[in-house]
Amino acid sequence: MMGRTIFIDPGRCIGCQACVSACRECDSHRGKSMIHLDYTDEGVSVASLPTVCMHCEDPVAPCAEVCPADAILVTADGVVQEADATRCIGCANCVNACPFGVPKIDLQAKLQLKCNLCYDRTAYGLAPMCATVCPTGALFYGTVEELQAERPGVQVADTFVFGESEVRTGVAMVVPAERVQWPVPGGLPVVEINGKDVRR
Amino acid sequence: MTADPRAADRRAVVPLDPAIAPPGSQGFRDAGGIPADKWHADQHGETLVPTHCCFCGVQCGMYLRVDRHGKVFGVEPRNHDINRMRLCPKGIHAYQQVNHPDRLTAPLMRRSRDEELREVSWDEALDFTVSEIRRIQRDHGRDAFGVLGGASLFSEKTYLVGKFARVALKTRHVDYNGRLCMVSAAGANKLAFNIDRAGNPFSDILLTDCLLLAGANVGECFPVLTQYVWGARDRGATLIVVDPRETAVARTADIHVALKSGTDSAFFNAVLNVVIEEGLTDEAYLAAHATGWEEVKATVAQYPPSRAAAICGIPAEQVVQVARAFARAPKAMAFHARGIEHHTQGVENCLSVINLCAATGHIGKPGAGYGTLTGQGNGQGGREHGQKADLLPGGRSILNEEHRRQICEIWGIEESELPTAGTSMMEMVWQMQRKEIRGLIGICNNPFVSLPNYAVVKEGYDTTEFHAQFDFFLSETAANAHVVFPVTVWAEDEGVMANAEARVVKHNKAQEPPLGVRTDTWVMCELARRLGAGDKFAFDRTRDVFDELRRASAGTIIDYSGITYERLEETGGISWPCPSTDHPGTPRLFEDGTTYHADGKIHLQVVEWHPPADPYDDDHPMTLTTGRTVAHFLSGNQTRRLGGLVEQTPRPWAEVHPSHGFRNGEPVRVVTRRGSEVFPALVTEAIRPDTVFIPYHWPVPTAANALTIDALDPRSKIPEYKVCACRIEHAGTVDEVPAPPVASGHVAYPETQVSRTDPLPPTAPQGRGTSERG
Ligand code: SF4
Ligand code: SF4
Repeated sequence: MMGRTIFIDPGRCIGCQACVSACRECDSHRGKSMIHLDYTDEGVSVASLPTVCMHCEDPVAPCAEVCPADAILVTADGVVQEADATRCIGCANCVNACPFGVPKIDLQAKLQLKCNLCYDRTAYGLAPMCATVCPTGALFYGTVEELQAERPGVQVADTFVFGESEVRTGVAMVVPAERVQWPVPGGLPVVEINGKDVRR
Repeated sequence: MTADPRAADRRAVVPLDPAIAPPGSQGFRDAGGIPADKWHADQHGETLVPTHCCFCGVQCGMYLRVDRHGKVFGVEPRNHDINRMRLCPKGIHAYQQVNHPDRLTAPLMRRSRDEELREVSWDEALDFTVSEIRRIQRDHGRDAFGVLGGASLFSEKTYLVGKFARVALKTRHVDYNGRLCMVSAAGANKLAFNIDRAGNPFSDILLTDCLLLAGANVGECFPVLTQYVWGARDRGATLIVVDPRETAVARTADIHVALKSGTDSAFFNAVLNVVIEEGLTDEAYLAAHATGWEEVKATVAQYPPSRAAAICGIPAEQVVQVARAFARAPKAMAFHARGIEHHTQGVENCLSVINLCAATGHIGKPGAGYGTLTGQGNGQGGREHGQKADLLPGGRSILNEEHRRQICEIWGIEESELPTAGTSMMEMVWQMQRKEIRGLIGICNNPFVSLPNYAVVKEGYDTTEFHAQFDFFLSETAANAHVVFPVTVWAEDEGVMANAEARVVKHNKAQEPPLGVRTDTWVMCELARRLGAGDKFAFDRTRDVFDELRRASAGTIIDYSGITYERLEETGGISWPCPSTDHPGTPRLFEDGTTYHADGKIHLQVVEWHPPADPYDDDHPMTLTTGRTVAHFLSGNQTRRLGGLVEQTPRPWAEVHPSHGFRNGEPVRVVTRRGSEVFPALVTEAIRPDTVFIPYHWPVPTAANALTIDALDPRSKIPEYKVCACRIEHAGTVDEVPAPPVASGHVAYPETQVSRTDPLPPTAPQGRGTSERG
């Protein structure tokens, strides 16, 4: 795991979307948000979960691996950058490869857009915009030691399973201390396909 | 000690334990401290102006980004110790108001409501206003003209509103929209402690062992406070939430009491009953510091948990659980907000919470105390210096001979000229209906959306012969006026606000107002001059008003005399009372056990529960309750124009329990005795089956306040927004919400346009789950 990174703690999220608003204010893609919120328990509770780019480490960034134009670069400190505009051909391979559903395509510009961990800020010692403003600390930027110093006993996980594949990420997730699951099941359960309930 | 000298300064003001910083606050560099050659923004010649958010009572610190042409164009988080870089979506979007294309930049006027508003010169608008004031006051008496102020104004301006009404217009009719906010808490605090403010700073939440949130939807209304709430939880504090809805904070609470709206005092009486039964009271504290305990004890004996369970619709065990958790905690705190204050027994509800805090000795200690969370940025400061119908500057009573004499001396007027107490905001509207008030100036408020029972409000304003309004956007209320004065937004002037901790903070000017726009201070002084009171309003700048305000508050409980702009800039905020320039301010009250009553004691008050004003019957068996969403502010005049916020929550909805058989997004007709309206359903188990919730930020035809009742608390005169009887029905179609046009240019994000035409309620985007996707 990277030294300083984002930790996501869904138990603290209040669904306020300050992260989404703040992401739009980031100078590297002003006016567009690269973060999204999922509602995991719809109709029952107000639980919500923010998703940023997880900056996959192993296998190294599936989005970058499948990019035919070599547009997605990974920096030495493990940040998976958004596609280089001079190389990206807007083919959306990265969209299909990402297990977390992160990259988007700007259809008009035919360019990929995604979270690059606010590289313009983090390179100067600032936290990314989303983690800076998040009122609850559901998005925390720092080292795991800093996180644990502030939240005694907190447990984190950085490995997710999707069926038979495992992905280790640079961004980590806070998991319930009393039920540490290692690795964490990735993605939401499939409930419906083409309008059919496939839960059984 | 810490190495950061600014942190040391801050602790002189708020006694924050350096070992207990809010989560995530450590290790980041304040954007303002980034060396000029390092931070990309500086390379474009931009400057960062430190100021605060204009919206809620948290008053988060922020920087406004100003480009080299002097225009505000963005926001940057600021490491102020209220919010430590955190902002909610409203705070992030606030800057977009400043250069918004909808800004009013010339006075608007018409001689009768049959005409259209047209742009006129400042002279024409001012002359017409003054001649109408003269005509109405000559024909119908001075009190036939009224003034309604706002608690979004800086304190200097609210001081000026009170002085303008009483000295320039000589009318007794002045009140303000804080009347719709936290006056119940104010009334209760005055009765119990003789001081109208919260007892503890926010930072005390981090030290508490048990946090009780009553009718306070912290997640949506005060999002930045959650860092303190979660900080307390991280350290093992018990979290108790009393709310008819499972809000984002209630979802994670140790105990969530989902009581029926309008039954709070029955619940808190029962909790106190159990505290007494189980011998958990702090008798030594009560004996030394409180009066009225025996009477309170005798009353709450009538409220066993079984009675509360029946009245409140909750399991009786919850009463016992709450009593034990709160009373047994070494340190416990209670915060409440509009959920228990917006009632015909709002004052009593707050008193029942105070009784609980006092009986358990949880008062006046680090991590133990009480507070109310103010909705408006200056909800606290807006009432301190004479904008309220019965108050003079410094919280002096307008009915007290001594207080009147003191203020007349400062204002340089004869005591016989000073009017007496006026009536409250809603009562003034009733007087407008009855033609007792025939002319009105409204200053930064929007009663067409924010007052209950819209039909009555509309009739009152329509009956009024002359109505002028100060605003920077054409609100629904301003659209009804004869004259609209275009005034500055917060970032175009300097001034102070007092947040929910009673901490006075300084806002700074970030840009010059657009051509044609004047400050509220200038407009009030100019009107006063034209009315012949110019010598009493010789203020060039808001700063000069602050100096007079400081003098006018000296020696009172709400003492600002030791607070200067320079000190505020150095310290990041000072809590009143602050009687001298070397006084550090008073972040926490009653540390020595004495209150501001002459005998130094807490005056406990007996509270009896009584049902809400609007009775249930077979036609109206359910409860309608109203509230906010995180993306919008009050009447929405400001936030309904900002693209990202509109996208997040484009329209209101009716939140209903799945047991009523609605599908998500289906039209629900909500019927009360005032009327009926149709909303898309948001179906969720997070609400009581007998309750419907509608957020109130929109105008008719989807205004929650077209349905709510204009019944008032007899003491605080706050309307009973949080409960009225209703029924719900299936309806044919959802009426289109007339949202104001989203401005062109930088504020309109493409996604906004998409969501505005989406017929479904804003389910996921505003953070509340739904049972199915429509
Ligand atoms: S800002 Fe924080 S609390 Fe708000 S939605 Fe985003 S992650 Fe959740
Ligand atoms: S609205 Fe309140 S919580 Fe949100 S940024 Fe402004 S002051 Fe902070």
